[in-house]
Amino acid sequence: MVLLHIIVNGRGYDLQVGADPHQVDPAHTLAYTLRETLGLTGTKIGCNHGGCGACTVLMDGVPVLSCLTLTVECDGREIVTIEGLSPPEGNDLDPLQRAFMDHGAFQCGFCTPGIILTAKHLLDRNPSPDAETVEEALSGNHCRCISHYQVVQAVLAAAGTEADRDED
Amino acid sequence: MEPFQMIGKDVPRNDARAKATGTAAYADDLKLPGMLHGRILRSPLAHARILHIDTSRAEALTGVRCVITGQDIPQVKYGNWRLFPDTQDEYALAVDKVRFIGDEVAAVAAVDKDTAQEALELIDVEYEELPGLFDVESAMAGDAVPIHDHCRNNTSVNRKIAYGDVEKGFAESDYVREDTFRVHAVSHAYLEPCSALAQLDLDGRITLWTSTQVPYIVQCLLASTLEMRENDVRVIKPYVGGGFGGKMELRTWEFCAAFMAKRTGRPVKFTLNREEEFLAGRRRHPMTIHSKVGFKKDGALVAKDLKITLDGGAYNAMGPTATFLCGNFGAMLYRYPNYAFYGRHVYTNKPPASAMRGFGAPQSLYASEIQMNMAAEALGIDPVDIRLKNAQKSGDKIPDVATISSCGFTESIQEVARMSDWKKKRASLGPGRGIGIGCYSFISGGVFNWFNTQYPFSAAEVRAFSDGTVHLLTMASDIGQGSDTALKQILAEELGLRMEDIRITSADTAMTPQADLGSWGSRVTLMAGNAVVDAARKIKERLFGALSARYNLNVIYEMECREGRVQPKGRPDRGMSFGEAVAMVQKASRGEPLVARGSYTPRDKGLVTPAFGFGAQVAEVEVDRQTGLVEVKKMWTAHDCGTVINPKGVEGQLAGSIQMGLGYALSEQFVMEEGRTLNTNFLDYKMPTALDMPPGEVVHVETYEPEGPMGAKECGEGLASPTAPAISDAVYHATGYRCKDLPITPEKILEGMNAGGKKKS
Repeated sequence: MVLLHIIVNGRGYDLQVGADPHQVDPAHTLAYTLRETLGLTGTKIGCNHGGCGACTVLMDGVPVLSCLTLTVECDGREIVTIEGLSPPEGNDLDPLQRAFMDHGAFQCGFCTPGIILTAKHLLDRNPSPDAETVEEALSGNHCRCISHYQVVQAVLAAAGTEADRDED
Repeated sequence: MEPFQMIGKDVPRNDARAKATGTAAYADDLKLPGMLHGRILRSPLAHARILHIDTSRAEALTGVRCVITGQDIPQVKYGNWRLFPDTQDEYALAVDKVRFIGDEVAAVAAVDKDTAQEALELIDVEYEELPGLFDVESAMAGDAVPIHDHCRNNTSVNRKIAYGDVEKGFAESDYVREDTFRVHAVSHAYLEPCSALAQLDLDGRITLWTSTQVPYIVQCLLASTLEMRENDVRVIKPYVGGGFGGKMELRTWEFCAAFMAKRTGRPVKFTLNREEEFLAGRRRHPMTIHSKVGFKKDGALVAKDLKITLDGGAYNAMGPTATFLCGNFGAMLYRYPNYAFYGRHVYTNKPPASAMRGFGAPQSLYASEIQMNMAAEALGIDPVDIRLKNAQKSGDKIPDVATISSCGFTESIQEVARMSDWKKKRASLGPGRGIGIGCYSFISGGVFNWFNTQYPFSAAEVRAFSDGTVHLLTMASDIGQGSDTALKQILAEELGLRMEDIRITSADTAMTPQADLGSWGSRVTLMAGNAVVDAARKIKERLFGALSARYNLNVIYEMECREGRVQPKGRPDRGMSFGEAVAMVQKASRGEPLVARGSYTPRDKGLVTPAFGFGAQVAEVEVDRQTGLVEVKKMWTAHDCGTVINPKGVEGQLAGSIQMGLGYALSEQFVMEEGRTLNTNFLDYKMPTALDMPPGEVVHVETYEPEGPMGAKECGEGLASPTAPAISDAVYHATGYRCKDLPITPEKILEGMNAGGKKKS
């Protein structure tokens, strides 16, 4: 019996590899496992071919397209999804989530989890990015509703560098 | 007018926390015990007769629970234009014929998606291929094979609008020009692929959760195609990941999920993949637009003769509406004393076009706006000045079609010219740089009852409670645009409550009041907003009556609901809390809950809409003259949406429309070969990204629309129109290349420049 050990949002899972319904098929993507096996439907599938960024999650702190990542590749890895971004206790939200809410940085919201996780990684690396850096970082995340204006504002606000946007 | 308490405030959206934390559940996020997964078999041929379908191998596959074809289902045609049954031309699954690559032929429900997919490959379909018709010219040719047997020249709809005398007008004109424009198909490209989940209850009724803009329309058409009663079908709209017009009809997977749930007794879910969305999904109508306009020397418009042919694809979908609206918008923005429009909707063997943000306006106004600039240049008049000279104003009429009520068009043009420093830049931008203008008008919901509903167009129910809260129920559909929040704001304003005092239940056809025609044509704020105001005022009358009795008030007192209290105006000492007033009404009616219904149906508002939004946009571009690449440097927008209800919501609509307009102008297109869509993924379908979005400046030209709730009207959909002509005009200004066939690609620019486009140096 092959076992995968994956940490998702701080909790360890031992998943069996196999073809039975409760097992991880070698063909399963991480997006599928998160959504269908673990019930974490905050991760969205917009295209399933790595084109839209909606399925972005963090793997060991780095954004990956979970629709192009096989679950069997994730053994020993630590995954963070949108559900795991805010601390489990209390009502605290990540500053990014708070900023997205305050700035109305979404409309339909389908792309939002992927965008927030991509932005999380950006701010982890670069705590005070300028607007162009934010745009560059988010250029792999499609948004059809508001297309990033308020999104960029929200990321800058979360970083405490909101004024940067006005300079361009 | 007194200042608003809630309107115009940036209150947080109703769905903010759910969407920021990933807890918002969209259709594909829903699961039910024993749920089966559906997949659809699609036609590989553009035009063919179905001779035989053998499903036996698929049915024998372990895990397959149900396989259906067009022969297994009630053969009921459907389509949104229920008022004219002849236009209803679709079966949920093909009967006898397929008409485009991707047309739905059969469906499988199995224990998991992979099994369903495998089963599709075991269905054997024998076709007899027919000649494919891929453009409107060959489809309309005398010897063309009819795509639908009832439609001999493949022209399914034609519409006319005419007033004045265009021939006389052209005779009186000093300058007449004729141009042909071609505009292309683009995708809605909503991020959430369509998904539907159906469940059968113990009494044999159906509940359908579906990613839709129109739960009521889906309910009615699903009932008719299943041969059930309307009330036996309940449609619930969960969170929806955008629609833009692409989710406003009953679709095959919704039918199949429900039909197969009935057959198997188990819940059935269908979720499309992105390739299906691009291969077979609805799209914006390609149009061929022939326009002849006449002017006086001073730039005054005299006449316009507009002929538009819409490439409808294989079915009508929302084509009949687009056919009329592109003619209506041809007469908008400017005063055309004489006007004639003839529109034809033509079937071809391509995926059906349908409603898409702007609904005929982006196409029609692209032609209008570019032609206006060409005429301005020939007449030696600045593009801004020729617009100001001809701009429509409040009170103007399109005879027998529409009357313009509030209108901030002139102010929008003036504002956008001021913001962009138009005169200076138009005269002095350097080589490869250009500035251009585009304008728009758009409807605030439709007036014409093509769905033939017997209900009000929008309805609302308000239940008031003695704890000071209310519950708003409405069938209006928030598909991301934020209508739940806007409607709550309108109700909070009217009842003097806070957002957190209002619970909302929306878009559930069994629980919310009949009816609401859905989220399309920018109708929700005005129509559902008016229904909310109507219900709220009925609640207020009851509260005011109770207060009046309690304090024995003189009947001449005006009363108000304000900051959680009900009181005579100017006499807060004679007031009581909202909850106390509700309790008093209930006591007076022996416990009866305080509930009121409101509704709105536009009446005596012509054929189009109760109110038009207006606006203007200026784009500044830089064109690399070696590569032909266009960079949009900045967009300035001034628009009139009446009263702004939620500023962040309005800005979001605006930003999204710029993104779509940018894509429509420069990068998005379906690459088609013999009816097959070749670019069926997000890597090959080029949508603008965060890096492509130009900085922008916006001015809200506030007017007060008397027909709208608190003066509000259309916002954000009309703005899908001006971006492409503004960019196109700026590209012309920069390079001398005038684009009459969208999109504006680098190849076309380079070719246009080489062909003698004037080069600015």
